[in-house]
Amino acid sequence: MADSEEQQRFEALVVPHLDAAHNLARWLVRRDAEAQDLAQEAMLRAYRFFGGFRGGDARAWLLKIVRNTCYTWLANARGAGQEEEFDEAQHVVAEETPESLAIAGAERERLARALEGLPPRSREVLVLRELEGCSYKEIAEITGVPIGTVMSSLSRARDRLQKALGAEVRKAGP
Amino acid sequence: MTCGQEQWLHGYFDGELDAVRAAEFESHLEACTACAQALAAQEELRRALGAADLYARAPAALRARVRAELPRSPTAGAPRAARWLLAAAAALVLASLASFALWRALPTGRDDVAEHELARQVLDAHLRSLQPTHLTDVASTDQHTVKPWFDGKLDFAPAVVDLAPDGFPLVGGRLDVVGGRSVAALVYARRKHVINVFVWPSEKAGADLRSGGEHGYTWIQWTRSGMRFWAVSDLAAADLEEFARRLSAS
Repeated sequence: MADSEEQQRFEALVVPHLDAAHNLARWLVRRDAEAQDLAQEAMLRAYRFFGGFRGGDARAWLLKIVRNTCYTWLANARGAGQEEEFDEAQHVVAEETPESLAIAGAERERLARALEGLPPRSREVLVLRELEGCSYKEIAEITGVPIGTVMSSLSRARDRLQKALGAEVRKAGP
Repeated sequence: MTCGQEQWLHGYFDGELDAVRAAEFESHLEACTACAQALAAQEELRRALGAADLYARAPAALRARVRAELPRSPTAGAPRAARWLLAAAAALVLASLASFALWRALPTGRDDVAEHELARQVLDAHLRSLQPTHLTDVASTDQHTVKPWFDGKLDFAPAVVDLAPDGFPLVGGRLDVVGGRSVAALVYARRKHVINVFVWPSEKAGADLRSGGEHGYTWIQWTRSGMRFWAVSDLAAADLEEFARRLSAS
């Protein structure tokens, strides 16, 4: 992509979605440092392939690249034994906070843990719908499934999340 | 649940059913307690997810790295002011594209023409507000700070309510101009999305919510208690509609 007009178009249309790229990567790989690396890699890849962007929804186009980048990393990491079973203890950050914040923090922690425990396909539709606010059409485009199956994927993912949260409550209860 | 209708619950919940199917499901909800309970549980789950603020924004370090890695473009090394100018120019281009598209969609009725002209101006005002430092003149999540701020600046007193309990926290307010008059602009947030609500007095009778949109932006407008309201955002249409319903009911 040599000409500066294209570069400016890329900066105006794609770069503003860096937050969305990072958010999806963070929830797909569940690790902070790797999420930043992968979001950056996806952004550069998007830059290289920007010539192939035919207009339309730039966020969905970028998130599709982010998703592919993350799944490739996950597959390689699994092969290399880096992606061990998700270790809860490693991800629970105990912070000293005032009591009111601590309660909100505990609730956040509970939801984050339940979400992180879901299979990747369930996690991604929930993140795209509930955190990113994507429509079914956008989710279909990003995840490469027919729009007709987005509703059933979401239904399954929400059931799983509710069950996971139920289990959390029982674990924490008396 | 074996009512045979539960398959539509999530599409209904997400505002993704067509109007006929949505109406059918709505009347089904009155008869089926299982579906009504399942829907309430989904609303609760969404409220909890929204309140937990799980969105992982890109850290500043990542932003800097991406900027450094992208091949140098005319803007990459330019001083900050120049970059803002470029961003403003890009927004203007977007705004004029949006205006053009709306203008193209003009129907023939006189009221409709007026409405489309207003939609264009409201969308322009929304895009303008997204420029750095343009969003709020008074930044506060406290409705009792935002409301008095308008005193003496407008010839009417807009009602200001915080919708944080509904997942739409108040961010602040500012003065803006729509349709050649000064209006109150109230700013709300949903996750990282910005919602602008433009408010001014109107002699029209109360009207139901009407919506439209262009280029990824959605607007919803209504009239109530002698006030005209236009809400604009890049939120999903269903989310903005939820916002509009809550605001118009408050």
